[in-house]
This record gives sequence, C-alpha cells and structure tokens, in this order.
Amino acid sequence: MRRTPILSTATALVVGLLCQLAAGPLLARDTGYLFVSSEKDHVVTVLDGKTYEKVKVIKTAQRPRGLKFSPDHSLLYVACGDGDAIDVIDIARLEVVGQLDVGEDPERFDLSPDGRYLYATNEDDGLLTIFDLKQKQIVAEVEVGEEPEGVLANPDGRTVYVTSEVANMVHVVDVETRTLKANVLVGNRPRRFALTPDGKELWVSNELSGSVSIIDTQDNRVKDEIRFEPKGFRPDDITPVGLTMTRDGSTAYITLGGANHVAVVEVASRKVKDYVLVGQRPWGLTLSRDEQTLYVTNGKSDDLSVIDTNSLKVQRSVPVGRVPYTVRVDD
Amino acid sequence: MAMRYRFLLLAVAVWLAAGIGHAADRVVSMAYVELDDDPRYHEKQMEARFPGQPWGRPYAGAEVALKEARFAGSAAGVAFELTHHREADVQAALTTVERLTGEGVNYFLLDLPGAAVAEIARRTRGRELLLFNLSALDDGLRQSECQAQLLHVAPSYAMLMDAMGQFLVARKWREVLVLKGPNPEDAELLAAFQRSAARFGLKIEAVRPFVLGRDPRQRSQNNVALLTAGADYDVVFVADATGEFARDVPYQIQKPRPVVGAAGLVPEWWHWAWERHGAPQLNGRFLKAAKRPMTGYDWSAWIGVKAVVESVVRTGGGDFQQVRDYMLSDALVLDGFKGHRLGFRAWDHQLRQPVFLTTLNWVVARAPLEGFLHQTNNLDTLGFDEQDSRCRFQAPAGLKGS
Repeated sequence: MRRTPILSTATALVVGLLCQLAAGPLLARDTGYLFVSSEKDHVVTVLDGKTYEKVKVIKTAQRPRGLKFSPDHSLLYVACGDGDAIDVIDIARLEVVGQLDVGEDPERFDLSPDGRYLYATNEDDGLLTIFDLKQKQIVAEVEVGEEPEGVLANPDGRTVYVTSEVANMVHVVDVETRTLKANVLVGNRPRRFALTPDGKELWVSNELSGSVSIIDTQDNRVKDEIRFEPKGFRPDDITPVGLTMTRDGSTAYITLGGANHVAVVEVASRKVKDYVLVGQRPWGLTLSRDEQTLYVTNGKSDDLSVIDTNSLKVQRSVPVGRVPYTVRVDD
Repeated sequence: MAMRYRFLLLAVAVWLAAGIGHAADRVVSMAYVELDDDPRYHEKQMEARFPGQPWGRPYAGAEVALKEARFAGSAAGVAFELTHHREADVQAALTTVERLTGEGVNYFLLDLPGAAVAEIARRTRGRELLLFNLSALDDGLRQSECQAQLLHVAPSYAMLMDAMGQFLVARKWREVLVLKGPNPEDAELLAAFQRSAARFGLKIEAVRPFVLGRDPRQRSQNNVALLTAGADYDVVFVADATGEFARDVPYQIQKPRPVVGAAGLVPEWWHWAWERHGAPQLNGRFLKAAKRPMTGYDWSAWIGVKAVVESVVRTGGGDFQQVRDYMLSDALVLDGFKGHRLGFRAWDHQLRQPVFLTTLNWVVARAPLEGFLHQTNNLDTLGFDEQDSRCRFQAPAGLKGS
C-alpha cells in the first residue's frame, strides 16, 4: 500500500508524541526556560530563565491562557479559548506539534496525576470536559455552573475541583462516576485553587469578595476565610485570582489583581506576612523548583515580575507581549 | 394600531438542575410585570436600535439569570420560579401585584415607565414585597418619590449624566453646546446634565431647543447645521430621551466637534462590546436567548433576579425579612460583571454601579473615571450621594425603613 509523504509524516508525528508521552521523565530537559502565554498576541513567549532574553515566540491558536506541562515536562499544553482548542508544544523543539479538541472556549485545565486525562473548563458552555490523552478524544462532559474557570485534579486521583464564577461555587467532581458529589458555596466570583500538600485544605480565590475561602476536603465545607488589606487600596481594588503554595505547605502566594500586589500568607496561621508590589493586575504566578524565585504575570502592564522569595523584592520586570496570562517554568 | 390586550403568563422554574444535594424544600417566586402598550417597545423604536434605548423587551435577561441560579439554589434548598405578566394598564399591573403578593410572591421586577413605577410603589407601601425598577431612569423616583420597598437596579439620569460629566471634564472638553428636545423626558435629562455640569465645572455655552421635522419655517430648530452654528464650543450634548433626533447630529453638525449624550458617545449601564469581568460570556448567553445584543435594560432584568438569588442563597434560603435585610445591607456583594462590588445605597435604595461611556461598537471608558474619588465608595461619585438625597423613606409601624 502506498502512502503519501504527508500522511507518513503525520503518522510519525503521532507515534513520536505517543512515545514521548509513554517515555516518562527520562526525556525531561530542564531547559530553565520560562513560558508565558499572552492573550492578545496569540503567542507563547519563551524566555531564558537566567538572562530573560527571548528565546522564541511560538504562535498558537487564538487567545492562549492556561498552560501546563505534561508530567515529564516534554510537552506544554496551551488552552486557546478563542481557538476552541488546546495546542500542544514540544519543549525540545519549541513548536506546536498538535492540537486537542476539548470543546468550545477552554480557559484552564489540569491533568490527572498519571497524565492520562486532561480536565478542561469550557467557559461558554458551563462544562467540565474530560479528555483522554491516550485515545485523543473527549470521554465525558460534566455540567457545572456558568463560567467555570479554575480546575484542579486532586493528586489522589479521585476528585477534580471546578470553580463557577457565576454560581459562586466549587463543584466537587467524582472522577470515577464523572458526576458532582458536592457543590460548595464560597465567596463571589471564585477563580482558582491551591491544595495544601497534605491534601486536607483546598484554597479558593474569590475575586469579587477579595478573599480566599478554605475548604476542608474531608467534608467539603468552608472552614476558614482569609481577607486582604494592602495599604492604600479600597475593597473594590482587591481582587485575588492566582495562588500557589510552597511544597512544604508553609507559605502561599496570592496575586491580588487590581491591588497590584502579591500577598504572602503563612498557611498554618492564615496570617498575611507581606504584600509585594508588582505590575498592574497580576493574575498568573509560579514558583521556580528551588522556590527561590516567584514569577508573576501582570495583565495590564504587559510584563512579568521576578520576585526573590527571601527578600520578597522584585528583582526585575520583563516585557512579555500583550496581556500576559500564565507563566510556567521548565526547571 | 389596534389595541390588543394580551394576558401572558409564563412560568419558568428551575428545579434541582444540579442533580445533587437536598431536595428543594422551598420555592422562591419572582414576578416580571410589563405593559402591553409601552411606547419604548414600539416596533419601529426597537428596530432603530438607538443607543441608550431598549432594543427589545428585557425579559430574556431575567431568564438568563434564572438559569444561572440553578446550582446555587439547589445548594440552599431553594427552587427559583419566575412568572411573566403583560398587563393592559397600570391598574391591571397593580391588581396583579396585589394578587400575587397574596399568593406568596415577594419579588417583583417592574419593566414600566416612571409614572407607573411611582404609582405602584405608592400603593404598595408597607407591604411584604420588594419592587425592582428595571427601566425607569427618572431622578424623581430616587428623590421625593422614593419608597423603601422600591429598589432601582437601573441607574438614574443623574448617574448617567455624572458619568458623562466626568468624561468631559477628564478630556477637558469644558465648553458645551446643548441641544434640547421638546418632551418632558428631554427636560429631565437636561436638568440632570445641568446638575452634573455644575458639579464638574463644565460650561454650558447655550441651550438650543430642537424639534423633529422638515418644516422650513422651523428650520432654526430642525436643521442641525443651523442649530450648531454661531457659537463656540468643544462638544455638543444632545438632550434627547428617545434618540431619533440625536442620530443625525454627529455628521450634520456645523463644526467638527464631538457629539455626546444621545448619539456619538452615550452613557449606558451595559454594552454588548464590554470585554472584561466575564462580560463576553454573559453577552453570549443573552444573545443565544434573545437573538439580539444585550443592552442596559436587559442587564437590569438580569441583575434584578441576581439580587434576589444572591440574597436568598447567602441567607441559606432565609425568609423574606432576612432576605430583604441582607439585600439592603453592606454585606451584599453583587457581581454585575462590571468589575465592582455592587450593592444598594441605604439612603435611596439605588443600586450603585459603574456606568459605561459607549459608542455604537465600543466601551470607551468606565465611570467612575480614575481620579474621581469619594470618601467611602467611588461609585457614589455617580448620582445622588447621601448628602444630596431628598429621599425620606416613610416606614409604617413594624417595618424598618432601610
């Protein structure tokens, strides 16, 4: 049987992708690169992690926002809302090598701990889409409240959490049955999550309430709330969105959107230890592997703040294209 | 046009759409009341899509909000229900409100002209209900005619004009030529603009009355070029509460100057081109439901339902008193997709909210503009602040005033 060259290239590509998926951490490259999605430029910008020089600007489908590495860091998934797809970037080649159809307007997503499934929120349809990365197809859709945004797959592999910005809820999705097992009322306009390393607390940012709700994952009830009061800002300006935690679960960093600061919170005591001034409307944030550096994307000043986590000072601001959204570091 | 009296009763309920949690043990009912013959919704008027005017009946906005409520309602053990009533006149609307109140409905969304809103509010004073004014912009309803049970989710003319005033002074377009229409609503709009001009230091160079028509004997009043000649000004403000005259002004004007008010740059409390704070998704849902873009009037219907839902859910499915007290308290955080926390002003029960300065296809600015500050809430730089308020709620015995 004759094959056209194009077809065999495509086949080779798919096989290659599958090999990489199957190969595991052996292929991790620790490039040290930073990857930043910019919503309005439809690109992912790759920066050198030391010099912050642009290594490459990778064109993607329209409106790239959420970014996530495959467990072995060989691939970077890019949720492209207006492109109605998730683009797949090969880290070794720094090129888009595939595209996944996960339904309309994907905003954010997470991967199952084994890397087999991708859970994406479809902002327009009020759905959580479960995509099988092995079969390359949607295997389930779970109806959730309007404008679902944050999605977090519990590392225990049994639960996925989804926020609905309109219903003011966290939906607790049972992975096995693919149904909702609880709906937890939190603050207004809940956005994103962080899970404590022991898995006992789920932190949720409430953009409009200006707070973080802390859910006890045992009984799915809100057991605590953290409020933010950076000096000189009114409640309307304090709009928490992004959050991340250190691996030992001692410190959480929360971007405060309109208040142009990152809050540094002691997890055990819930105390805000400091507020770090960054650029305008910080949303995305990520820690380097050694947790010495915190990277923050500022959506309204089109730059990236690089924070030294010991001194809690901004070391530099790096321009990164229009409306930077997520930052990830491959280290 | 033949008068057709249609009585419409549509019930939409959201029953346990979320599929989990406890069974809904209580129904919270809302009623949407409108008039059959309301000049704002005459076909020609709607088809013209005048900026700042309704582009259709806003009921779909309420339906969109009801659908959004299904998960939150289920978690609070509540099913929300919305009924739709189209009435022949104010008396019939009042009768319906009274009948439904007797049947346990506490929340009424009124899409009625100002006089009808005032009438119904006067005659339901002290009753166990809340009326949501969706579309009457009259300042008087927030001032001397205010009622404790009447909540305004649409902004007042004063709020819209303060947004306009802030924009003009921020651009340093201080010298204003005003063209004023012949209707009482135009006069009300002008009064609101004059108030705003005085607040923000704008200079009104002249107020020239216009009329619609082509009568050559009236050309000094119906010809835009003549109306805008012989004066010096930075900008033209058209006080036209319906928009038919204003649409001709921007390019028939004598001088190359911007036109604002009812054409050109228009204050609006929602716009289909607003891109932030989840607006594209809301606009998409509304477009799907109504087959047309969303306007401020539709936003009013949507936020009215949201105010009820939010207050019921946050009080854990509380009774009417609890819900009302919560809704009128500072604890309410209403998400209007405009980037601020919305809540009702204690002194006149006006929903505080940002106002957009819009063109046909864009939101140019959102008021309060940067630099316009207030000692407690910058949203209160728009409209009647506490010290300007002439509203005094008359609370019958046994009911709290605000």
